[in-house]
Amino acid sequence: MRKKAIFLCALFVSSFAFAQDEGESLLDLLGEEETTNYASASFKTTRIINAQSIENVAEGVLDFKISHRFGRVNGGLGEFFGLDQATIRLGLDYGITDRLMIGIGRSTVQKAIDGFAKYKLLRQSSGKKNMPVTLSLYSSIMVNAQAWANPERENYFSSRLFYTHQILLGRKFSSGTSLMLMPTVVHRNLVESTAIENTVYALGVGGRQKLTNRLALTFEYIYVLPDQIADIYTNSLSIGFDIETGGHVFQLHFTNSLGMMDKQYITETTGEWGAGDIHFGFNISRVFTLKDTREKPKE
Amino acid sequence: MKTIVTILLFTLTTALSAQTKYFTRNGTVTFFSSAPMEDITAENYNATSVLDAETGAMEFSILMKSFNFKKALMQEHFNENYVESDKFPKATFKGKVLNMDDIDLSKQGSYPAKVEGEMTIHGVTQKIAPEGTIVVKGEQVILESKFIVKPEDYKIEIPDVVREKIAKEIEVTVKTDLEPLKR
Repeated sequence: MRKKAIFLCALFVSSFAFAQDEGESLLDLLGEEETTNYASASFKTTRIINAQSIENVAEGVLDFKISHRFGRVNGGLGEFFGLDQATIRLGLDYGITDRLMIGIGRSTVQKAIDGFAKYKLLRQSSGKKNMPVTLSLYSSIMVNAQAWANPERENYFSSRLFYTHQILLGRKFSSGTSLMLMPTVVHRNLVESTAIENTVYALGVGGRQKLTNRLALTFEYIYVLPDQIADIYTNSLSIGFDIETGGHVFQLHFTNSLGMMDKQYITETTGEWGAGDIHFGFNISRVFTLKDTREKPKE
Repeated sequence: MKTIVTILLFTLTTALSAQTKYFTRNGTVTFFSSAPMEDITAENYNATSVLDAETGAMEFSILMKSFNFKKALMQEHFNENYVESDKFPKATFKGKVLNMDDIDLSKQGSYPAKVEGEMTIHGVTQKIAPEGTIVVKGEQVILESKFIVKPEDYKIEIPDVVREKIAKEIEVTVKTDLEPLKR
């Protein structure tokens, strides 16, 4: 009997105490609903500089990319520090889904045309689903459309083709810092001589550090494993800034690569940073939203 | 016998307290910005809200990343540059319906409501006093309100370049269908 009375008292006291707690925050009554928080905006755009970043354009978004590389800054005043010469790549990227994007481009270098697909396989997330990295698969094909170097011999169209495959592994370490690793394979159907490899293996690293919300420092370096390409070629190193204004992203950079397509900057970079063979360049990205993909309210 | 009384009392007290609170996890919060160059709307269908009908106490919480924009890049900029969702993931409101005594939640109808409280956006807390309507429809209690939020009051910086695209006063519309909270 007495035990019951105590139990009863205790019950009232406890429910009263509980009611008191409720005064703190009503929302605590519902408990925290665990959600998955996907890392977003690891990079400002889908390119670090020349290389692909782990970002994709969203579904239904068309991204018009204008890329420019000027001549070498060590050309001196006579070449206006390289600004007299310009090479261009014009490109269109499109998001088929939030995870799959495709793109095409045309460059003045080798009068080349390229096309690519990039698929985001894993997305970095925290909360309900935990995934430490973002992993994308990337493949591109490039067609060299220049006149044949040796027109007198029998030439095949397949000799114009170059393939690049990459695994893009990245992590946003903090809101400002993101780093990437890019194991890369480039296959060239036709090469200059039998002494060099048709298939070239490389490892790229890249990253960005935000300086302010709208300004970021970026870099990328592509290390080509030794004894695969001719001695005149060197590794591509680029350093730049991403500047964002509304619907545009401007990327300004210095690089020792002239070509902007995968096999060009990975396997055909000739500039030496130490010798001042540095090209100033920029990429401008302008996005157009072609499709309204907003979710509708839950009923 | 005593045990039965205990159980009865227990159920009664919990039943009573359950009746007085209403909640939702998918309330709608939208905002509209009208500027010379661009009109922007964004919707959030995942607002969490609780109303204590006894005291009139009311709370809201929304995840900033759950706002949907038509333009994906705009959504990214909203989270990255303006409200800084990584640093301040939620916006909250904690307040009180001042005229709760005039509102009879057991009777169908539409009641004007005066609300006062503190809203926190971008880590900055401001006192606001929005007016709204409480509609009673069967078991449901629907809260509706429309009010103005000034980004500068919450230290949300808008650079001059986009001044023509983002309004100084942003219209926020809240509509939540609350259900009785049962435990």
